Amino acid sequence: MIINHPLLGPRDSEEFVYLGSTDLIDRPTNWEKSAAAEDFYQYQYIRENIAGDIQELWYHEQGDQSWLIVTRNTLTHEIKNVEFAQDFSRAKGRGK
Amino acid sequence: MSQINRIDGGLIDQEKVLNFTFNGQILKGYEGDTLASALLANNKHLIGRSFKYHRPRGIVTAGSEEPNAIMEIGNGAYKDPNTRATVTQLYNGLEANSQNHRGPLSFDFMAITDFLSPLLGAGFYYKTFMWPKSFWEKFYEPAIRKSAGLGTLSTEADPDTYDKGFRHCDILIIGSGATGLSAALTAAESGAKIILADEDFLMGGRLNSETNKIDGIAGSEWAKKTVAKLGAMENVTLMSDTTIFGAYDHGIYGAIENRASEARKDNDKPRQVNWRIYTKRAILCAGATERLIAFGNNDRPGIMLASAVRTYLNRFAVATGQRISVYTNNDDGWKTAKDLNAKGFRVAAVIDSRSISPVMRVPGAEICMGTDVVDTKGRRALKSIQLSNGKSIDTDTLAVSGGWNPNLHFTCHHRGVPKWNEEIASFVPDSSPPVGMSVAGRAKGTMVLADAIIEGHNQGSSVAADLGYKTSESKPASTPVVSYNISANWGIPSGKNRAWVDFQNDVTVKDIKLANQEGFKSVEHVKRYTTLGMATDQGKTANVLAIGIMAENMGQTMEDTGTTIFRPPYVPVAIGAFAGRRRGMEFYPTRYTPSHNWSTEQNAIFVEVGMWYRSQWFPLPGETHWRQSVDREVRQTRSSVGICDVTTLGKIDIKGEDVSEFLNKVYANAFAKVPVGKTRYGLMLREDGIVMDDGTTARMSENHFVMTTTTANAVNVYRHLQFCHQCLWPDLDVHMISVTEQYAQYAVAGPNSRKLLEKIVDPDCDISNEAFPYMAAGEITVCGGTAARLFRISFSGELAYEIAIPTRYGDSLMRVLMEAGEEFNVIPYGTEALGVMRIEKGHAAGPELNGQTSAYDLGMGGMISGKKDFIGYTLGLREELQRDDRLQMVGFKPVNPSDLLLACSHLLGLRDKATTENDQGWISSCIYSPILGHYLGIGFIKGGHNRKGENVRAVDLVRGNDVEVEICSPHFVDPEGERLRV
Repeated sequence: MIINHPLLGPRDSEEFVYLGSTDLIDRPTNWEKSAAAEDFYQYQYIRENIAGDIQELWYHEQGDQSWLIVTRNTLTHEIKNVEFAQDFSRAKGRGK
Repeated sequence: MSQINRIDGGLIDQEKVLNFTFNGQILKGYEGDTLASALLANNKHLIGRSFKYHRPRGIVTAGSEEPNAIMEIGNGAYKDPNTRATVTQLYNGLEANSQNHRGPLSFDFMAITDFLSPLLGAGFYYKTFMWPKSFWEKFYEPAIRKSAGLGTLSTEADPDTYDKGFRHCDILIIGSGATGLSAALTAAESGAKIILADEDFLMGGRLNSETNKIDGIAGSEWAKKTVAKLGAMENVTLMSDTTIFGAYDHGIYGAIENRASEARKDNDKPRQVNWRIYTKRAILCAGATERLIAFGNNDRPGIMLASAVRTYLNRFAVATGQRISVYTNNDDGWKTAKDLNAKGFRVAAVIDSRSISPVMRVPGAEICMGTDVVDTKGRRALKSIQLSNGKSIDTDTLAVSGGWNPNLHFTCHHRGVPKWNEEIASFVPDSSPPVGMSVAGRAKGTMVLADAIIEGHNQGSSVAADLGYKTSESKPASTPVVSYNISANWGIPSGKNRAWVDFQNDVTVKDIKLANQEGFKSVEHVKRYTTLGMATDQGKTANVLAIGIMAENMGQTMEDTGTTIFRPPYVPVAIGAFAGRRRGMEFYPTRYTPSHNWSTEQNAIFVEVGMWYRSQWFPLPGETHWRQSVDREVRQTRSSVGICDVTTLGKIDIKGEDVSEFLNKVYANAFAKVPVGKTRYGLMLREDGIVMDDGTTARMSENHFVMTTTTANAVNVYRHLQFCHQCLWPDLDVHMISVTEQYAQYAVAGPNSRKLLEKIVDPDCDISNEAFPYMAAGEITVCGGTAARLFRISFSGELAYEIAIPTRYGDSLMRVLMEAGEEFNVIPYGTEALGVMRIEKGHAAGPELNGQTSAYDLGMGGMISGKKDFIGYTLGLREELQRDDRLQMVGFKPVNPSDLLLACSHLLGLRDKATTENDQGWISSCIYSPILGHYLGIGFIKGGHNRKGENVRAVDLVRGNDVEVEICSPHFVDPEGERLRV
């Protein structure tokens, strides 16, 4: 597979490490609340198994060490978009 | 007599004689031969035995689809089994041996199975070797393994070299026949960067085997000229003897280049190169493969594909027999008769199953239209054929053409399903080949050469234009139009005679019928039940024929019957080619610590820790057992001072305004208020609450921290920290970089460690106990101004420091420390002594941080902060992770101090039987303590924290050890930590 890195251009997937769904970015912030146990359980373990486009986390370990959001079709392996996780995370409202 | 079947001409060099052996017999061939053509030239028709029935078999094809002529090439460690003779380029000194027989090839003792064949139908193994159950392992399997299988392994390490390579192009053209060459020409003329690959060592495809004229000259001559023209172009890379074996995602193709003949001359040269080809587009011009027809005893040596007979005749100048007959269901088969006539051979008969007028005149041959071959005679070589019209014809070669199957394999690699085309009576590619791939010529089902050339020409041009290159102005090559008419013929009922479908797996028409009768209706099921289409040839000659027979059995159409699809690899690829140079010590990189050379000088014994080489112990003259060295290293460290290279621990340099906040989020214990100049132990959890790693982190200045990780987890922790920063808290001002390789780091441990260090630390750096107390950290200089970092931390439990220095000074610092320590009898210690001291001290390490243990299990529940959110906090609170009856880490010491205690022992109640049900835990780490004079261990036992003082048994059934142990605190030496603080 080839991942088109936003800065470094097309790179072989061998250079990357895979983590999983971008759901992992949505870490709950309500650790002090009673709902925390359920929310963290959902966050850690529950995933959709989508046949189609998914967004997932890849880490360019043999490159610039950036975490990337890769939009990949699980049926065709077509990669439609690649962006920096840091930007993606900020756009989702995460900060400090 | 040598090469009795050889005639003049051919695309071989009859001046260059090559010697080779077959089953020990010395034979001659010519430069340009394949092993198969050279064998046939020497009239070797019987070249092997079949897989199941041990039937005598001969060469059937002239290409990679060969089911029978698979051989062992080379001997000893070089032996390469299941090599297809039809694609093995002949070289001087080649040694070939037939396989799959006991005793001589001409009299195989296992041929008895042929007479037992009524018992050995489809599913025989599944049905027969079921009972009694216990017989499988002891009796059936060894017996079957001995009698079955293709070839034998040398059982020695493969001494050949393999390599990997990477190439990039705009357009990959797969196949260099007329279509591929036409496509390559227009694509190359457009300026696009082209790779043209062909599995044959001679480019040109079928043009080298046929007598078609192109642009007025012989097809093979046109191919040669075109290849030369392409080869002279800068934007073209020609890869002959290179088989594309797989189409992977995003235009990546796998290819295997064969260099066996070159490697024979120079052993350092790779035998095969595994290429990864990155393409923007690919044009599949792989041509087509001829198929057989099922008739009685159609597997005798001498029965070949009609196209193969032409290949041997025209390209290799080999007449496969003196009285050759042709059996066909299509016009193409007649070409064999025509070519034989042209070379002066009389054709015995042409049998065509179609009731039409003869396609051409074949002088001297018996022409039988609307006729089929029903049986053959001749055990080790074909003698005669019996026809459906009752006639018997004496013949020594039967050239069979059941039609042509497009080589559409790569169009299936991304799950494309071929569709049936009635006109050519075969499957053609569906409309969704892998992205970027197009198909042209006979691979697409365009069977007429003139049309295929135009198709290749146009596609080469249009694909290049798609990529933005200019369009070629050249005209396609011209050749007379020769039509291809076919009427499907899967064979007629052969009565009691067996008719083979898959030669390699010995699958007959009857087997397929039986499978269908027993309810296996899907092609995929029939394939697996009968083993049809498996092994080295992957049913290239058999699959479509089998589907035709299935369709007839079940009275349904070819479309309804469907087809299996193909997956990589297209041809067998040696595992060695996937490994390439990554074998033995090159399996992964080797990492040496900065003191490696020094340690080697000290005769250190090394141990591999991940990729690192670490000193395990340092034997002195007279020490004959590792324990003598290790015990001495421990005693000397605990009584004076020892030095250990701890460079391999992961080191991460972290800077920024928010680092303490960041560390507070990734460590389970409090980190927000670590003072400058202090080190703190940190426990890192996974989000699920399980311990991930531990280490120490020092605050060098307000906004600068240095973290250490365990050796094993250095990469994972760094990756995790980057995730936490970039994905979870992107706005924290945190910048980090791994400095594991940038710093050498040594532990200096023991009561004299400070005295030793004071000798090399520059005078303005005060490292007294008052100025530099336990857990202090600081930037210092040593040896007159060399910057270093000092941490007062201890893994051994002694007064100890770790000193870090830029890697380039690492070797030097080791030597300086050893010299300065001479007056204290300083010793270096290795990982064994390190392990002994950490277990004496009760520190958890790799065997304890095993991915199953919570902080509570390790006795570190008290460290967990309840005042902050951190990775692992919420899920770590789960009841299950905090239960009192979990496996908890404690210490174990033998009740009888002289007893041996072994790591991995299981823990049982004093009177319990050693069963899984009674298992209470295990010893995870165990050593002999030279300080305490007995073995001790740490490990996990149910509810261990509340069971101190209780006795249990440590049982190791494998090594026969069963001793009584007392559950105790894991802190055996200096439990109060007084030595650390002096």
